[in-house]
Amino acid sequence: MNINMTLIGQTIAFAIFVWFCIKYVWPPISNALHERQKKIADGLDAASRASRDLEVAQEKAEQTLRESKEQASQILEQANKRSAQIVEEARDQARAEGERLVASARSEIEQEVNRAKEDLRAQVSHLAIIGAERVLEASVDEQAHRKLLDELAAEL
Amino acid sequence: MAAENEVSAIYYIQHHLQNLTFGNHPQNGWSLAGSAEEAREMGFWAIHLDTMGWSIAMGLLFIWVFRKAGKIATTGVPGGLQNAVEMVVEFIENLTRSTFHGSNKHIAPIALTLFVWILLMNTLKIIPVDYFPELFGKLGFEYMKIVPTTDVNATLGMALGVFLMILYYSIKVKGAGGFAKELSLTPFNHWSLIPFNLVLEIVGLIVKPISLGLRLFGNMFAGEVIFILIALLPFWAIWLLDVPWAIFHILVVSLQAFIFTTLSIVYLSAAHERH
Repeated sequence: MNINMTLIGQTIAFAIFVWFCIKYVWPPISNALHERQKKIADGLDAASRASRDLEVAQEKAEQTLRESKEQASQILEQANKRSAQIVEEARDQARAEGERLVASARSEIEQEVNRAKEDLRAQVSHLAIIGAERVLEASVDEQAHRKLLDELAAEL
Repeated sequence: MAAENEVSAIYYIQHHLQNLTFGNHPQNGWSLAGSAEEAREMGFWAIHLDTMGWSIAMGLLFIWVFRKAGKIATTGVPGGLQNAVEMVVEFIENLTRSTFHGSNKHIAPIALTLFVWILLMNTLKIIPVDYFPELFGKLGFEYMKIVPTTDVNATLGMALGVFLMILYYSIKVKGAGGFAKELSLTPFNHWSLIPFNLVLEIVGLIVKPISLGLRLFGNMFAGEVIFILIALLPFWAIWLLDVPWAIFHILVVSLQAFIFTTLSIVYLSAAHERH
């Protein structure tokens, strides 16, 4: 329990350790600590900012989606309307075309019939003459009977 | 180590409480003290080799570990060592911030040195009391008291260091005149009471380091004596008392280091304050 030089020695050792600690030990650790604190704070800041950005972006995306859906349905409606219109138009055209075809066919038929009638008439009159010649067995004055024969042919 | 009779028990206790002293003996000159008697006769010009050796070893351990952590310190993800060291550093930093209201950047490292150093020295106490005395006895050293904080010289030495810092910062912050004024004109601001004030303030000033050193010494020494007494029990009974006492001392060891550090910061903080 003697007070002796150890007291002084311990004080000197203490002073040296304190000096060393102030100079070489404290600064790097403390600096690293504070820098990391700042880094973490920055990181948290950035994260919260990012989440805010994300929210905004999501909202925007939703809005865009809504708009595009609306647009799509509009386009669809238009297309439907247009297709109905086209079908209607096509039907009209087809009907007109059909009618036209029918009409032309009918007129052609009529023409054919007329031509056949003409032919027939000519042939009948010819046949009538031949028949009459055969029946009468006499020469018929063609000049005299021409008018009668023509009337006969017209009647057929 | 069970004692056979009272004499050997007393001898055992005294032996464990004697430092390895090297000093100038009136008869033997500069030599290692062979007994407590010789150590006393050496007077002031003697040094406790065990106290100095173990305390410096602990100080170097502190410096080495913390320097290493400082070198590898990254601002990224810290490793195990860095984590542990940073925990201590942060603890001291918060303690300093809550106690010290100045802008002195040296207070926190001073507190760190005090805390870790005292903690390490105190922790030596957990080592069973016979290990190192026996080992060094085999090596030819008569005495070996490994816990520096059970030596009043060590604790008062550190307290003296703190005291010198109190004086240094008092004069640095307030100036020699301001410090003298504080000593002579508080608490009673009247010229006729200057002597009274001086006595009061100087006693108050000197009591700070003495109480600081003696508190740590008293706690550690008492604990050490109990450990030695427990070691005197029959070998099969030692653990019954030794284990609870050691576990309790984990608390005492850190608490005393904490108290010494906190009070040092408080004293240094007071030294920075103007009245």
